[in-house]
Amino acid sequence: MPKKLVCDGNEAAAWGVVLSRPDMVAVYPITPQSSLAEYISQFVADGILKADLMDVEGEHSVLSVLQGAALAGARTFTASCGQGLAFMFEPYFRTPPLRLPIVMSLVTRDGISPQCVWGGQQDAMTVRETGWIHMYCETAQEILDTTIMAYKIAEHRDVMLPVNVNHDGNYLSYGVEQIELPDQADVDEFLGEKNVNWHVALDPERPMGVDPLTGGAGGIGPSLFVRYRKGLCEGMQNALAVIEDIHRQWGERFGRFYAPLVESYRMEDAEYAIVTIGSMSGAGKDAVDAARNAGEPVGLLKIKTFRPFPLEAIKAALSHVKAIGVVDRSVSFGWNCGPVFQELLSALFYLRIHIPAVSFIGGLAGADITVDHFERVIRTTADIMNTDEPLETIWLNEAD
Amino acid sequence: MKRLPEISMFEMRFHGRGGQGAVLASKILAKALAEEGRHVKAIPSFGFERRGAPVTAYLRFSDNPIRQTTNIYNPNCVVCLDPTLPQSVDIFERIQSGGIWIQSTKKSVDRLAFPGEVTTIGLCDAFGIALKIFGRTIVNSTMLGAFSRTTGLVTLDSLYNAMATVAFRDAALEKNILACKTGYEQCRVIHNGEGTLDEKTG
Repeated sequence: MPKKLVCDGNEAAAWGVVLSRPDMVAVYPITPQSSLAEYISQFVADGILKADLMDVEGEHSVLSVLQGAALAGARTFTASCGQGLAFMFEPYFRTPPLRLPIVMSLVTRDGISPQCVWGGQQDAMTVRETGWIHMYCETAQEILDTTIMAYKIAEHRDVMLPVNVNHDGNYLSYGVEQIELPDQADVDEFLGEKNVNWHVALDPERPMGVDPLTGGAGGIGPSLFVRYRKGLCEGMQNALAVIEDIHRQWGERFGRFYAPLVESYRMEDAEYAIVTIGSMSGAGKDAVDAARNAGEPVGLLKIKTFRPFPLEAIKAALSHVKAIGVVDRSVSFGWNCGPVFQELLSALFYLRIHIPAVSFIGGLAGADITVDHFERVIRTTADIMNTDEPLETIWLNEAD
Repeated sequence: MKRLPEISMFEMRFHGRGGQGAVLASKILAKALAEEGRHVKAIPSFGFERRGAPVTAYLRFSDNPIRQTTNIYNPNCVVCLDPTLPQSVDIFERIQSGGIWIQSTKKSVDRLAFPGEVTTIGLCDAFGIALKIFGRTIVNSTMLGAFSRTTGLVTLDSLYNAMATVAFRDAALEKNILACKTGYEQCRVIHNGEGTLDEKTG
């Protein structure tokens, strides 16, 4: 019988790790991820999680240790965010081209400075171009379920890439809900036999060089380097279908169906749409319901998988709308808008969909994005349907 | 089990100081309500954690699934764990009319200030009770007993079970159950209707 549990998102993630039976975990605490690191340590100490827990002196070592473990054929887990992720960046960038299927919870946090310890997606968005798969969760249950699915996605032979399972700092990390804990036997059957890193493993009986100096301007250097890069891009593109398939398998086995790439909410007959990502989406849906009751033809598109970018799914969802308003929880400093908005502009141009679009930025450094904020987002997006002018970014919490 | 009223959405805000257990109180109550079949969502508002600093926690519950993962701005109910906090924090900010206020205090209602929106009041000398039981002013269990008494929205049994599952065991559990029970018994419930105050002591 599945057990019911009332817990926060960090504990839900830790239970997802327990059920996935990793061989090695390494964590270093950083707000708002710290309690996740504590749950993992507690579960190991209590014998609930039978994995080697590496105590290391910082995030750079955390991921370096896990790279070694993954190369030796271990299933691995870590969690980080914010400044911890910043300190982890060197091995972080190295992980995808090594094709190591490491799973990491990213308990998203805003960037410093100014000094802050609260949620925001600046950390995750800043590393969006590193070859990690990025999936954003909306509820504690989705965190648990996605953490388990992440292993099956990462270790899929057509993918072999690390996965970040992202959940919003504060609102999801500390937000408490009732969740259902799947049976271990069901999860074991879902994940199948553990067979990590069949393609390269550190084995004293079979010594081999890993990650030798590659590139330069002569010999096979350039073409070999291109092969690595193209291979990684191919793995990312393959992941789109794998993510969909594994979400379908999950739904069929456990009865919880999640939109794997993007979720269309009341989009069928929508004339305009708002776009959300992460925990803000619940308030967005409530606001859409209220607007619909008042006769507004609005729908909501929630992005779950941001890397790889789900271009076709977005095309299917947005091809019939006349305007979009995109709500970001982070900033693209170079474009003076939100990163999700910036990428949707690229997608719309690529797909030859020419419609007005406006960027909203909210929820920075722990600020809230409420139903009231979404009412403003919906109203503004409705108003831009017939405009040709480029639109200025709107900062939702500026006057809170 | 005692029959509980139907709830389409109930929003509450806990006020306390770091160390009094406001965040844990919201989690215990969430567990108790979930056991009674409600959908729950509790969100603490964290600053830099330190003892004595004002702490806020939010809790929504409903008979329907809850999608909003946000703080609460128009609470139906405010629970304040600290007697002096109302002097420095506006605990009644945007409380709904017909609101419920549960306050840790040994004062009587005529010596307390509160807005007209508040129509049901639960007063409980939680510091006195907690000092006797724990020797410290950890008042969350006591105030949950007061919440149960004032609103009738959660049973004591569910609170005891939730404490055992979420928070405490052995001697600590016994003490917290006693604190919760005493909070329930000694809570003074006052209905502020038509300008008259009717104070009944339990």
